[in-house]
This record gives sequence, structure tokens and C-alpha cells, in this order.
Amino acid sequence: MATTLEPRTTPPPADAAPELGLEADAERAESRRGLLIGLPSLAYLVVFFALPLVIVVVYSFATRSRTGRTILGDWNLDSYARLFDPLVLEIALRSLWLALLTTLISLAFGYPFAYYLATRSPKVRGILLVLVMIPFWSNFLVRTYAWRVILGRDGPFVRLLEPILGTDVQLLFTPFAVVLGLVYGYMPFMILPLYATIERLDFSLVEAARDLYASGWQAFLKVTWPLSRPGVIAGSLLVFIPSFGAYVTPEILGGGRTTMLGSYIVRQFLSARDWPFGSALSVAVLLVMLAAAVVYLRSGGRNL
Amino acid sequence: MSVVDAASGPPPDVAEDSVVRPKRTVERILAGNAWIVFAFLYLPILLLVVLSFNDNRTVGVWTEPSLRWYQAMFTDRNVLGALRNSLVVAFISTVVSTVLGTAAALSLERFRYRGQRAYDGLLYLPVIIPDVTMAVMMLLFFVQAFDLLGAVLGVNASFGIGTISLSHIAFNISFVAVVVRARLAGLDPSLEEAAADLYASRWQAFRRVTLPLIAPGVAGGALLALTLSLDEVVITSFVAGPGSTTLPVYVFGLVRRGVTPLINAVSVLMLTGSMLLVLTSLLITRRRDEP
Repeated sequence: MATTLEPRTTPPPADAAPELGLEADAERAESRRGLLIGLPSLAYLVVFFALPLVIVVVYSFATRSRTGRTILGDWNLDSYARLFDPLVLEIALRSLWLALLTTLISLAFGYPFAYYLATRSPKVRGILLVLVMIPFWSNFLVRTYAWRVILGRDGPFVRLLEPILGTDVQLLFTPFAVVLGLVYGYMPFMILPLYATIERLDFSLVEAARDLYASGWQAFLKVTWPLSRPGVIAGSLLVFIPSFGAYVTPEILGGGRTTMLGSYIVRQFLSARDWPFGSALSVAVLLVMLAAAVVYLRSGGRNL
Repeated sequence: MSVVDAASGPPPDVAEDSVVRPKRTVERILAGNAWIVFAFLYLPILLLVVLSFNDNRTVGVWTEPSLRWYQAMFTDRNVLGALRNSLVVAFISTVVSTVLGTAAALSLERFRYRGQRAYDGLLYLPVIIPDVTMAVMMLLFFVQAFDLLGAVLGVNASFGIGTISLSHIAFNISFVAVVVRARLAGLDPSLEEAAADLYASRWQAFRRVTLPLIAPGVAGGALLALTLSLDEVVITSFVAGPGSTTLPVYVFGLVRRGVTPLINAVSVLMLTGSMLLVLTSLLITRRRDEP
């Protein structure tokens, strides 16, 4: 490489292994160059991401004045203590429950779907995969809004159900609507990693199981399912994490009675003006999310 | 069922790997489930498109087809202003984050240096962080930054297109980097070494060999950044100032007040935009599979 041909201009630092000489020098120049190329983006992320993160943590220890201003100073843990208020716990539990439900439903429909996809011929597979990707990358807000139209007063479901049941039917602004919206929004996050795992699965192992007189069901339980676990874990986390912190979906489909953590955090900033408490909530959500991500990485699944 | 199958022999279409292929009934259930999932994914979108052409003021009551709401949309100052803001922010954040994200990908994938793992972790965080948390982060950061700017330099900065763009760049760098890195990882480094052996300078090797090879990845990353920027609601609504609302934020405000035919039309506009972007990016990735 060009760099190795350049004459050495600076003597190697004392801590460098002397016998490596020129080569070590070139290596150092090379890693310096790598750092240099990455520096602008690193600087940007430090200033506009890491620093904001630190500020949120700092705010979570601050105090709120009576007028809603944040007093930086007089540091305390009050905001964290309030996380254990019955109201907050109720909202947290609801978020957890709805996110888990969303994850389970997505898995229940997503797994057979991904399996079906992965066992098609390559050509059909490509087309079906594109058909999954299109709604996935379409505007999330708009897709959620569509359910507001569908589940609303004038929507097809209410109109169909009311004459049959003979009573007022309320679909919108219920936990049901929120879970439906979340499944709709995040289902592709489940399908894609599952598909990636099942597609790479060595089906000769399933064949071997069948040769050894395993029933189809046994072969699935003992071979296919364990082998597709990385995809199941990845997909479940990718659905669980955004569902747990969801804001747009409960806001549009949930109404006031189905508040989730995301909406509750936003409320601390836009209406309640309790920034320290809102910051503490954000930190808590972030920690749950990081814990989930660690579980994901530990389970050995890095591939999406 | 299995008796009949055994008697008639395996059907020709599954003959090759009949052991692996699930039994017929299972196969039918799988296919049925696939239909349900596809219907679930597409019917709501389709309904929205159909309803956007409905003349009636009440969304659920069909009268006759018309382009009335599209006309209303394109003469609505708020919608047009928000659309303009969206496009400006998307353009700025895409250009900047594509350059920075590509550089980050190159630096992490092609070089080795100390502190790289920390950098790697920092780069992945914006991808997995919940949008509400990031929204809070950006709001508090800018409030503090404005305080500081006012106190030290006497500059009066405020929320607007600038703060939105800066925030969008912050998460888009990571998404671009992830896409470009995937491309770089699949690249044969011997091609660059060959260029170096042939006395290409560092820059020449990058310009003539590496860049053309990773171009689909860079384009894919840029399109992803563009899509994400055009769709983003939560972070944007936290750092937008008066008059700098983007289209999704404006629509979000409308949606919370109720369902109107105008929202349907704007929704279809946004859907069309994002679908065009997906298709373009899928076409690009398709091409990269070919030799």
C-alpha cells in the first residue's frame, strides 16, 4: 500500500515493540487514518446523541419548581421514587402486558407465515418478501390512522356487528384496538428475522428426524423450533421493544383510558411540565430496552 | 389422508423433498395463514386509498368517486407548508447522514483502532432507542444548548427546521452506517489490495474501486434515511418550532382531533411517497444480487 512506501518521518514512540519497526509504524498510521475517517460522525453522535442522553440522566435527578420550571441543582432521587406510585406502576404493567400480548400474537401469526415464505421456491419467495416489505416501510402514522377509520363509528366492523349484537359496539379507544394497531405496525419486525433464520435452516436435519421415525409434529418440536430460536428471540425483541415504548399507536387508537408509558412520558413534557419525572421515566424505559437488547446479544443472535 | 397419499404416490409438485415439505393439511393451514396475514397487511391500506376518493364529507358513507379532497389538499396552505418543511428536512438530513454514515461504516469495517467497540455501541444505540426517549433527549439538549448560546454568545436560537434536521441526522447516521456496513462486509478486500498493488493512491482506490462497489449500499442507506426522515413524528414534534411543522406532525395533530376525508387524501399522498421509495430501494438491492 502507498503508506508503507512513505519514508518514516517520526520516530516510533517508546512503547512500540522495536523489532516491528516500519510495519508497526504503518499499522499505527493506518489506525490513525481509520479514526480520522470516523471522527466527524463520532463527534456528531457524541454531541447530538451521547450528550443529550447525559442531559436526560442529569435532569432525572433535578427538582421541579411549583411553576413547572426545572431547577438544576438540589439533586435528589424523588423522580425515581415516584416510579413506584400505584398509578405509574399500573401504566407500566399495562404497557408490559400489551407489549407482551402484541409480541405473542405477532409470533403466533408470524412464525407460520415466515415458515411458509421460507419454504417457497426462490422466485416466489422473492416476490412474497417484497410484498411484506412494502407495507413495512410505508408510513407508520398513516397505517395506524387506517385502523382508526376501520374501527371507528362509521367503520365496517361496527356497522356489521351492531345489527347482529343489537347493542352499541365500542372497538376504538380500547386495549383491543391498541394491540391490533401495534401488531399491525410491528408484525414485519417479527416476520423478517424469523424468515432469515428459517430460510437458512438445514432441512436435512428435519429429514433425518423423520427417517428416525419422528412424527411431523415431533420433528418440528425437537428440530425446527430449537433451530429457529435465534429468529424467534430476535423477532420477539424487535416487536417488544417498540411496543413497550409506543406512543403514536395508543395515542391514536387507545384514547384516554389506555395510556401506555410512551404517552405518559410525553404528557410530562407537553402538558404536566414535570421534566425531571419525565426524564426519570425515559431513563427507566431505556434501561428496560437495554436489558432486552443484552438478552438478545447474549442469545447469540446478531443477524437480522 | 395419508393413506390416500400413499396409495396415489407423492404428488409431482412436492416429489423432490416430500419429507421436508409439511403434509397437505399443514400446508393448507400455512397457506391460509399467509393469506390472512397478507389481507391484514394490505386491506387497511387499500380501504384508505378507496375512501380518499369518496366525495362524502362523512368518511364512512360512500356517495360517489371524486378528486375533491385531493384538490382541497393541494390548495391547503397548512398542508403545503408542512410538505415543504418535510422535504427540506428530509433533503438536508439525508445528504448529511449519508456522508457521515458511510464514513462511519468505512472507519469501523475497514480499520482497527482502540475504542472501536465503544464507537460501535454508540452507533447502534440510535437504532434501538425508543423514539419517545430520543425525543426527550433532543428537547432537553436543545433547551440547554439555547441557554448556553444565549448566555455565552448572546445568540438567540430557537426550535425550527434546524433543530429538526439536526435530530434527524442524529438517528439517520446509524441507519445509513448499518446498511453500508452490511454491504462492505460482503465485499472482497482483495479488490482494494489489487488496486493498491497497481499503484493506486489511497484516494484513487477508494474512488475507483471501493465506492462503485458499495454504491448500492450507500444508495440503499440514503433511501432508508429519506424514508425515515419523511415518516418521523415523535422526535420531530418535540423539536419543531411554530411554523416549522412537518407533514407527519401536522397530520398527527389532525388525526388526534378525528377522522376527516382530507386526512385520507394526505395519507394516500404520504403512502404513495413511501411506497415509491421502498420500490426504488428494493430495485437497487435487487440489482446488487446480480453479478
